[in-house]
Parts: sequence; C-alpha cells; structure tokens
Amino acid sequence: MRKWLRRASMVGLGLTLAVMPAGGQTRAYRAPRAADGKPNFNGIWQALNEASWDIEAHAAAPSPVLELGAAHAAAGGLSIIDGGTIPYKPEALAKRQENYANRLKLDPEIKCYLPGVPRATYMPYPFQVIQGPKYIMMLHTYAGAVRTIYMDEHKEAPADSWMGWSNGHWEGETLVVDTTGFNGQAWLDRAGNFHSDALHVVERYTATSPDHLLYEATIEDPNVFTRPWKISMPLYRRLDKNAQIMEFRCVEFVEELIYGHLRKQPGK
Amino acid sequence: MNHRWLVSVSGLVVPAAVFWSATMPVAGQARSAGARTNEKPAKAYTAPRTPDGQPDLQGIWTNNTFTTLERPKNVTKEFYTAEEALEVVRRLAAQEEEQTEPGTVADVHYDFTQFGLDRSQEAMALNLRTSLIVDPADGRLPPLSAEGQKRAAERAAERKSRGGLHDAVQNEPLGARCILMDRNGPPMLAGAYNNGYQIMQAPGYVMILVEMLHDVRIIPLDGRPQLPPNVRQWTGSYRGHWEGQTLVVETTNLSGKFAFQGSSENMRLTERFTRVDEDTIRYQFTVDDPSTWTRPWSAEVPWKKTIGPIFEHACHEGNYGLRNTLAGARAEEKRAAEEAAKKGSSK
Repeated sequence: MRKWLRRASMVGLGLTLAVMPAGGQTRAYRAPRAADGKPNFNGIWQALNEASWDIEAHAAAPSPVLELGAAHAAAGGLSIIDGGTIPYKPEALAKRQENYANRLKLDPEIKCYLPGVPRATYMPYPFQVIQGPKYIMMLHTYAGAVRTIYMDEHKEAPADSWMGWSNGHWEGETLVVDTTGFNGQAWLDRAGNFHSDALHVVERYTATSPDHLLYEATIEDPNVFTRPWKISMPLYRRLDKNAQIMEFRCVEFVEELIYGHLRKQPGK
Repeated sequence: MNHRWLVSVSGLVVPAAVFWSATMPVAGQARSAGARTNEKPAKAYTAPRTPDGQPDLQGIWTNNTFTTLERPKNVTKEFYTAEEALEVVRRLAAQEEEQTEPGTVADVHYDFTQFGLDRSQEAMALNLRTSLIVDPADGRLPPLSAEGQKRAAERAAERKSRGGLHDAVQNEPLGARCILMDRNGPPMLAGAYNNGYQIMQAPGYVMILVEMLHDVRIIPLDGRPQLPPNVRQWTGSYRGHWEGQTLVVETTNLSGKFAFQGSSENMRLTERFTRVDEDTIRYQFTVDDPSTWTRPWSAEVPWKKTIGPIFEHACHEGNYGLRNTLAGARAEEKRAAEEAAKKGSSK
C-alpha cells in the first residue's frame, strides 16, 4: 500500500513537472496537430479558479442574497493579474466600487447577458473549441455565448457587439486572438471590474500538455486603465466520459427578475 | 443585424439571389404524388471529404424560403412549374415588402424594400414544392391522435387561465422573449430573417451555428447514448451518425415547452443533411410523436450556400420591444382605469 502510494506520488510529480512551465524556461511541449498542421485545440475546456467572482485576490464573502447562504457564497481566490491589481484610472476605480455595491442590479451575468471577453473564458462552466483552418469557434455554456475567430478573413469589426470581433493567427505553438469591436457593456467578473467600448484584448492560447492550455490575455483600454495589463491561467481539458456542453438557455431564468414589475396587477 | 444582403433593391423583379435548387425536378418532371424525395437526382453528386473522412457540409447556408410547411388549401399538386413558383415568390415578396396586413398598423416606420429585408433579396433556393411537408402526400399535417387532441385542449385551457398575451412576460411568444424561434427548432425552419447557418466539422463532431439567437448545436458522432430520460432540454438531446453521404441526427429528451406544431415531449425527431451539389444541402426531417399525431410525418427544405459572416445576434440583450410591449399594456390599463374613474365621478 505504502509502496503503491509512493509510486503514485512519483508519477504525479513527474506529470506535474512535465506540465507546468517553469518561469523563464522555454516550453518544450508540442501539441498534437490538426489536419492543417496547426496545434489541435479541439476539445472541451474549463478554467478552474475563482476569477469569476473577482479577478483580483479576494477573501471569501457571503452571497449578496441572504437566502442563498453558503450555497452561493463567493469563494476566496488569488489574483489572475500580473502584478496583482488592475491599473484603474482614479475615476474608473470609483466606478468599480459603485459597480460592486450595486452588482445585483448591474452585473450583466445576473440578467443572462452575453459575457464578453475575457470573462467568457473563466466563467465557471466549460466551453468547447471547434477548430478549422478558416474559423475557430469557442462555444460557451453560459448563455450559449459564441465566439467566431476569423483566421483568414481579418477585418475591423463591422459593428460593436458583446463578444467583440476576433481575428486570429498562429505563432508557432500559440493561437493569438486579437479582439476589438466591443460594445462596452460587459464586465470582467462579478465584482464590478469593467471596461469600456475601447477595450482591446490580445489572447494567447498555448498547449502545455495534452490536457492543459496556458491562457494569457493582454487587456488595453485607455478610457479605463492607465496602462495595458495581463492576466493568465491554465485551462483544463474536461476528461469526463461523454462530456458535453449542456443547454444553458438562461433567458427564461431571468425574465421575472427583469420584467416582473411589468406584470399585470390582479384586479386591474 | 444582417450582413448577407446579396443584391440591391429590385422591386418586384425576382432577383438573382433566387437560385434553382438542384434537389428539385425541372418543370414537367414532377414525380407522382406521394413519392418520397429521398431518391437522388440522376447524376449523383459526391461531396468532398473532410480530412477525417466525413462528407463535407461545411460553409454558410440559408434555409430561407417562402414555401410553407403545409400546402396552401387552394393548391392540390405537389410541385409548381418554374413559372408558378416564381410567381409565388413575387407575390409573397410583395406582401412582405408591405410589411403589414392592410388596415392593421397605419404608420409603417420603414419599408422592407429599402433595407433589403424581404426574403427574395437574400440567397434562396427556389423550391418547386408546394409544401415543405412531403409525407403525407397531401402536404398537410396528419390528424391529431386522441391524446394529441386532448393535450391541445388542455394546453389551450391552461394558456387561457394565465390571462392575456401581454399580462406577463411568460405569456408572450417564445420568439418575442428571445428564447427559441423556428430557425432554432428543432427542427430548423426559416422565418422572415436571420435564416443563416454555419456548419463546421471537427473529428467526432458536426457543429451548426444558428444565426438566430447565436444558438449552437454541437452534435457528437461517437455513438454515445442520449442524455438520461429525466434530463429535458429546450432543444433536446441530439446525436449524429453518417449513413453514406447523409448526416443523420436523432433528437429526443425535448422539454415539450417549444411544442413544435403542437408536439409533445415524446417527439422523436430525425434530421437528415445531404449535400446534393456544391451549393445545396437537402435538409429532411421526420417527426415521430404518437402522443400528438396518428402517424409520423416528414418534410424537406433545400439549404442554399450563402456568404458570411454570421454576426452576433444579441436578441435578449437588446429586447426593448418586449419591455415596451409590456409597459405599453400597463399604460393602457392605467389610462382605461383613469377614464373609468372619471366617468364614474362625473355621474
């Protein structure tokens, strides 16, 4: 028994070493290839962290809805940001605090609105990548949000949208996605962190093992931040048998919340 | 938001965007009534293959059509001639351009022709069929079963008990609420706009992005079982497999809330996608729901290749129409109550 445990832990250690890139070292991992010779990122992926509550470091906190008790308390988590905090302009920081205070009314997630980028990536649900040479689709559980990454028809966003307009290209092992054309209404998390319609996100997806992607994103928005800043996290492949993206048609869940005050009153 | 307008304003001339569907027999060669349409045209087309060997259905398609699910009551034949079919398109496009039923809404804010919003101005496979339903041969839905009749009556009574259409958001149609529309299905059928579909294939999957409601169907091909019977979804549980050139998608586990044409949660849907030429997919479906109809029935719609991109359709996020409809109904009630009170006090 003890022997088995020791062997298992050594195997585990070996895997850990193979998977995690050490700071400053070049990543040796080469992903399996898709039919067009590019790294194959097809699969179902999920972030496993607490960034959906707050992308900055935060302690656990009660749910803002009394009745939900511990079931929907915010789990504590570490920052996903290089340097720890978001470089807000002073007036933007004040708005973030206001957003937080009024998050039950203002957070687009509560209304089942599209999550935007990069928030979609670290919502606490899986998303599926369907990869082709011309398009790479990121198909999210939450609100059925869709990102189409245009690999060869690069252009400026034809109009503003929630999920933005994504032009992608490969840099060796890395998928680089440049996204603009946001409508500025999405948030970055449930803590009121936000951006404007000037948001520009450059994401880098790099496989570090058959079942891990390193996700990095540079976030730029001169209306809100004093300088560009960077987030990063691993994304994990969902290995569950028959894993699939389930329907999450959340509009129905929020209708009474949004339109309930417009219900006909009895007797009128 | 629609970026797929292929031709400029063309009035009542049927524009070049209307293509002949290769799935249709040419005029005068209509098959006998009752013939199923599964047979291949004389020259069998073989779709190119994806790198993993699937017949290639990839591209951006539209199921845009003026052909109705059921055959119009005054039509008795299965196929129009080409001239008749074009005349139907002209007539219905003209109606659509008017946008309103005469006498219903006096003040039209804009004209569909100006914005390329009538269906004949987008890519459309010209369908010689007089109905999408191909079986039964009369092009009409089969009779309701006894259970189907009973449930239809129960649903109507339940609906009535919830009050007027605008009394609460839950009474409004699913489409107005941005939950599900006929483009989403299942089965997927065209409406007046946003009839675009993007198909992509990856090893083990076919993905269909439905433009309407940015809705995605990710269809696994690995033979996995359907979801457990207690798990019910708006669009059900769906699994695909290839039968030769044809992608077959089986759907079960429906919630019954969409209730396609009055169907029940027991509906089993079989969809078949066959690329019959470079620019056309033949989309066929069979509805098997003994809880609703006395027999299964089938329909067929050609999908025509079109151009992208498919732009984000954030329906719910911008649903001012729904809010205004409900708010308007409450304002009307308030005004009516005030007028009634005034009348009461002046007596």
